[in-house]
Parts: sequence; structure tokens; C-alpha cells
Amino acid sequence: MAKIANKQVICDILVEAGKKDKDIVALCSDSRGSASFTGFANELPEQFVETGIAEQNLVSISAGLAKCGKKPYAASPACFLSTRSYEQCKVDVAYSNTNVKLVGISGGVSYGALGMSHHSAQDIAAMSAVPNMRVYIPSDHFQTECLMKELIKDEKPAYIRVGRNAVDDVYEEGNVPFEMDKATVICEGCDVAIIACGEMVKPAKDAAELLKAEGISAGVVDMYCVKPLDTEAIVKAASGAKAVVTVEEHAPFGGLGSMVSQVVGSECPKKVINIALPDAPVITGTSKEVFDHYKMTAEGIAEKAKEALK
Amino acid sequence: MENLKALAYELRENVIDMIVEGKAGHIGGDMSVMEILTEIYFDQMNISPENMDDPDRDKFIMSKGHSVEAYYAVLAAKGFFDIKDVIATFSKFGSQFIGHPNNKLPGIEMNSGSLGHGLPVSVGMALAGKMDKKDYRVYTVMGDGEIAEGSVWEGAMAASHYKLDNLCAVIDRNRLQISGNTEDVMAHDDVHERWSSFGWNVIDVADGNDIDQLKAAFDAAKEVKGKPTVLVANTVKGKGSSVMENKANWHHKVPNAEELEQIRKDLAERKEAARRG
Repeated sequence: MAKIANKQVICDILVEAGKKDKDIVALCSDSRGSASFTGFANELPEQFVETGIAEQNLVSISAGLAKCGKKPYAASPACFLSTRSYEQCKVDVAYSNTNVKLVGISGGVSYGALGMSHHSAQDIAAMSAVPNMRVYIPSDHFQTECLMKELIKDEKPAYIRVGRNAVDDVYEEGNVPFEMDKATVICEGCDVAIIACGEMVKPAKDAAELLKAEGISAGVVDMYCVKPLDTEAIVKAASGAKAVVTVEEHAPFGGLGSMVSQVVGSECPKKVINIALPDAPVITGTSKEVFDHYKMTAEGIAEKAKEALK
Repeated sequence: MENLKALAYELRENVIDMIVEGKAGHIGGDMSVMEILTEIYFDQMNISPENMDDPDRDKFIMSKGHSVEAYYAVLAAKGFFDIKDVIATFSKFGSQFIGHPNNKLPGIEMNSGSLGHGLPVSVGMALAGKMDKKDYRVYTVMGDGEIAEGSVWEGAMAASHYKLDNLCAVIDRNRLQISGNTEDVMAHDDVHERWSSFGWNVIDVADGNDIDQLKAAFDAAKEVKGKPTVLVANTVKGKGSSVMENKANWHHKVPNAEELEQIRKDLAERKEAARRG
């Protein structure tokens, strides 16, 4: 079966929900193709709003729609949504507490070869720092589906980041443990706790297998809910291990690693190693090539885990 | 209909009380925008504390959020809260009456303060009205300095693209901003042509502190179909007292005792003159 991109799942769910609820509205900033929202635009044209290449307007218009009872989903490349329209996200969505769901597509280094202008390596830090804003980074399409079904039911602001390409499954049909705002514990381990989000969950899970083959017990936590952070899951995983490794497709400051370190530092102090993108424009390449280069792979994570245990 | 001309001066007195008591506030813009807000809230809009939950009521966004004192005075006069509470606590520690609009207060839709947000948000509100085939109208007031923000023009583009004739924006054209004359800071003198070229119906209000002229302009805007309307309301910054009028340094000045005495005297006289008609 062909792999399904997380953004495609978002669109499919919104189309189904939008058919039943005319207040569900999708907005794009000349990004319907890259967001995989063309299906929504074609099937529900009366509920689709095109803003042109104007991300600030995209977010403010969404807030105005929400204020009048609509349930807007604004989809735009995560790089622009989280920095070009950051102030609109902060003021019109978070501060005014409007029911706007910000869908950051092609997040992280999805647009690897396009350069730093097109990378969103600051979005976790930026969005998490805003009161009222929730931040979700689902790992695979199964989890994305669960998350979307929950988000459709609530009326609060949220930022959801997904990658551009279809990714390998972390979960499987019929076995998708999911509880809203609770991290998913993929496996438990007593040597090292690996806490990851988004596209880094799969290599983290694979790293645990590699470590297991070497006799090292690694727990893996899928922290799709970066904010509100599931601190209970962090404390539980960290308390039961000798060291912690975090993995994220984000700059090394202010992201999941920083947050986990804060929690571990105050609640159950022990060594925490953060695996992230460098504090520099990343090397040119596909996201896979970029991950390979920076050792954000199963092998790289396993190596760091072993270092953490030394 | 009550005498809105006199009411605008009475509300200015409330603003002065707030600013003196709170030792802060954007006094110049409060004074220039007062007739605009008074006409919108007391004549144009179908809005009251009782109908806020009615999806068919009209909507308003105070885009030039720093003129919040004028907005508070108008909302209090409409019955959304007690003016005594505003005057007693404005800008003070822990007050709910902060220096920019906040939607935790009754009557206020959106938090503003950062400029260039009100128009794009209003576009979303007007668009929702079109989607739901409702006939409410959406109003927003911007400062003339504010329209240097690029996001204003993103909103302007979308409003005409979507033919939002249920949207009426107002520019409080008082020609002064914090650093001086708008034409020296960032020129807007072709403001009519700019908005017109963006596909808007533009109505110039020769005296934007004249309730009658404003009423005529707002009424005319309602008749225009297929495009949004912007009123370029030529106002006087600091309107109401010779102490403040057309003086850039009164953007956010707090009057001293001597100035205050003159301002109160001037406002009382003009209010009385307005009452006499």
C-alpha cells in the first residue's frame, strides 16, 4: 500500500467533517497544492478561502471567521506560518483566543534543498512560548488522524506541524494507542528513555530495536503533544531510566529537548542529551539526506543513547 | 435620537478623567476618533449589551487599539460597563481596563494594540457573513499612521477580491503620529487614490469630527454594492481643546494641572454649544 502523507490525512478528515459541518472552513495562502488541500477546495468550494500569498492575512482572516462561528483550518508552509505571521498567531489567534487551527505543512527541513528561508526549525520554540497556543507534531498518519479527530471537537487555538512527505508508519491499523494531550509510550525501557516527536519518532523506535539487540533496554515516548507537554510521561520515563535522549526536527534551542531538560532537571535530575538540527543553516539535501548527515537516524540515536549511558 | 454631538464631548470628558486618574493614555487619537466611534455605536450599528450573543448583530473592531480610552467611554455609555469603574482603575495594577482593547471585557470582540490587524480580522468577519448569507455589517477604525503596516494592504486586497460590501473601514485621518506629521513620517496624501486602486469605494469626509457628515458617509456606504467602503475621515488630533489640537506631542501626553483646567473648560463650553445646537 502506498504511504500516506500526514497532510493528506488532515485534508481527508477535514473534507469528511466539512461535509457534515458547513462551519468547517479551510484557508490557504496559494498553498492548496503543497498542503494537499486541493481536494477540500474542489469538494467544498463554498467552505474554502484563498488568501493569495499573504500569510499574515491568512491568519487574521481565520481569526475573524472564527469570531463569527466558523471553524477555520489555515494551512500554509510551516516556515511562513510560524514566522511571517507569528504576530497574527500571537495576537489574533492565541491572545484573542479564537478557534483557529494553524496547520504548518512541509515543516522542519521538508523543503531541505530550498534553504533556510523554507525551513521551520524555530516553530516549536516560537509557538510554545505563546500563552493559549497548543503545539502538536504527530508522527505518522495513524496518529495524525487521531489527533485531527480530537481537534475538530474543541474550540481552542492550536498549531499542528506536519512534514511534506509520507513517512514510515510508527503504528499499525487497529493498534494506534492515543489519548489527547498524553504522550504515547511506544515501549518501556530501564536503561535509556528516548523522547521524540514528529518524523523523529520512527527512527527513535528503530533505535530502541538496535539497542535491544545490544542488550540495552530503551524506552520510547512519542511526545506529539509538545504543548501542553505531558510532563507526567517524561517523569515516568526518565525516572525509570539512567539517562534521557530527546530527538526533534528543530533548532537546538527552545524545542522539545529544552522542555524535556527543564522537566527532568527539576523533577528527576539525570543526564539528558538533545539530538536536534544544528544552530546553523542546514546542509542542502532532501530531508532524508539532511537527517543522515546530522545522524538523526536510528543508528545515530542509538549511538547517542550509548554515549549517554557511559 | 440623543444629541450625539454633545455626547461626543461628554465622552471626551470621561477620557480626560481616565487619563488623569490612570496617568497614561493616547489622548490625541482619543479626541480625534470620538465622533467616529459615537456615530458608529449610537447610530449605525445594531449592537448592545443585550444582543452580543445574536449572530446577526453588527460587529466592530478597534484597529487603532491605542485609542482605547475613547472606546471605553463609548462602550460604557452603551451600557457594557460602568464608566466609574473605568476611571477608577484604568491602567492601574491588575486592572481589567488595560491600555489596549481586550476581549475579556464585555463588548470587545478582539484584542488589538498591534497595528494593522483590525482590517484583516474584519475581512474574516465580513467573509463569514457572506458565507452564511447574513446581513450584518462589520466596522473597523484605523489610524492614518497605522496604514503604513503592510498587513493593512493584504486585508484591503482580500476585501475587494471577495466583494465585501458588508465591510466599512474608517481611517481616522488626523495627520499626526507619534513622530510628527504623517506626511513627513510616511506620506499618505494620495490615500484616496490608493484605496480606490485597491478596488474600494472611498468616501472622503471633509470634517471627520462632524456627526452629520459622518452619518451621511456611513449611510451612503450601506448603499454601495459589490465592494467594501472606506471613509477617509479628516479629523483633528486632540480635538476638543486648543491645548491639544493639532499638536503631535499630545499623542500620549498627560495634562498638567494648568492644561487640565483649560481642557476641561474648553470641553464644557463645546459640549454646551453642541447642546444648544
